[in-house]
Amino acid sequence: MLAPLFRTEFTKITAVLCKRLGISQMQVAEDIASETFLLAYETWPYKGVPENPTAWLYAVAKNKLKNHLSRNQLFEGKIAPELKHAAPDREEPDIDLSESHISDSQLQMLFAICHPAIPPEAQIGLALRILCGFGIEEIATAFLTNKSTINKRLFRAKEKLRTDNLPIEMPPAAEVKHRLDTVLTTLYLLFNEGYYSESHDAVLREDLCLEAMRLTRMLADNALTAKPPVFALLALMCFHASRFAARKNEHGAIILYENQDESLWNRDLIAQGAFYLHQASGGDSVSRYHLEAGIAYWHTIKEDLAEKWQHILQLYNRLLMVEYSPVAALNRTFALAKVKGNEAAIVEAEKLQLTDNQYYFTLLGELYRGIEPEKAKGYLQKAYALAKTAGDREVIRNKMEVL
Amino acid sequence: MNEYALIFRHMDGKEVASPEQIQQWMQQTMDWIGGIAAQNKFVSGTGLPFDEARVVHSNKMVTNGAFGDIKETVGGLVIVRAESVEEAVEFAKGCPVLQGEGNSVEVRKVAQK
Repeated sequence: MLAPLFRTEFTKITAVLCKRLGISQMQVAEDIASETFLLAYETWPYKGVPENPTAWLYAVAKNKLKNHLSRNQLFEGKIAPELKHAAPDREEPDIDLSESHISDSQLQMLFAICHPAIPPEAQIGLALRILCGFGIEEIATAFLTNKSTINKRLFRAKEKLRTDNLPIEMPPAAEVKHRLDTVLTTLYLLFNEGYYSESHDAVLREDLCLEAMRLTRMLADNALTAKPPVFALLALMCFHASRFAARKNEHGAIILYENQDESLWNRDLIAQGAFYLHQASGGDSVSRYHLEAGIAYWHTIKEDLAEKWQHILQLYNRLLMVEYSPVAALNRTFALAKVKGNEAAIVEAEKLQLTDNQYYFTLLGELYRGIEPEKAKGYLQKAYALAKTAGDREVIRNKMEVL
Repeated sequence: MNEYALIFRHMDGKEVASPEQIQQWMQQTMDWIGGIAAQNKFVSGTGLPFDEARVVHSNKMVTNGAFGDIKETVGGLVIVRAESVEEAVEFAKGCPVLQGEGNSVEVRKVAQK
């Protein structure tokens, strides 16, 4: 019960403290929040969990902030000028931990962290730590790296925030659309980090996705940021998340879409996705998220209808026009095969020349299946040689067996 | 890598096509462009609808419509990336506009910025 509480409250307290102290003091905010939880950890097991754990945590955090401010000899000389900038009410050492101030602070932090000046990788790390409350170890597991790498990455990102001294505030209305682009990219990457992570920790992977969805919902719930691309991204996330239970087996190996047990698809999330996709249709422009959500929507229909693949092909055509990516190019060619047959798709596939991409050879192997089995086998062998994970190799081995 | 404009030239567009036919053309065009975009060779493109078209002549006279005295007009263009004009021509050969009798696709190199 305590773990989720800690994670949520950590992000809330850190956001409010950052807002109060200014972004240059992010480390202080994080430390105060951590110390607060440490105290809870040291006392609750012996004295019992307080009646209102949240209120207890806030009271402790407030006290620690007061102590920090009065203890800090440098306060007047060094931080005060910055504080004046960050919070005009600096005479009042109290902090506002009301629900509305918390959500405002979190949203503003989201914009501060997802600033175009911060490298995307650092944005994701910071978002995970500060906005989602993940521990360094958890982040390291998700990224399949070690704690010191993550610590270094976060340190550099905080240094950047500190030197740029970006304000924690909502961008002016005229800039929201542009700034929202960066925020959405980070949330999209955050979600993908969880969805496509090779980490064996299934719970962690799903948590990552759910956190990305929570932050996106926050944008959808705010009048200033409730824009069509936000709804489209949320729809996309819901459609993808609906397949959580179906896309990996009990050993963590990927189950390909066509082999998934659709009774395991989460109908509730599919319905939510459809709702958000409908909400997303308000604007005058079509974002990549609209197109990807459309593609994901058609994938929620398992049956191989001709209409389904025709729609998917058209959506991929448009997606590639907006933004090229090798994976979209490969998926488009797969959809083309479904609509126009393998021969037509082979002609186009061979033009792609993505010869360092294992999925390119997997696709060619699939397309040549039943046409030229020897060629199919050769391509799958090439894919196998390029495959980086045991899971991928297993998928390719299975394909070779049924040639 | 250079950029080339593929300019669609239509013969008299007054022939009325059925909505089904238009939809079919559109889908073919999207598939054609999608195939170029899948190779990361698509830059930009636009259709040029015939309605609300005007022609301004050298004596400043304005006439309605893209057609009239001229038998051929531009229906749209796509800009692609290609190593050579030959590659751009290969892209152009797949353009569905060429199914129309007398239509053509003009390939022109875009001036370097």
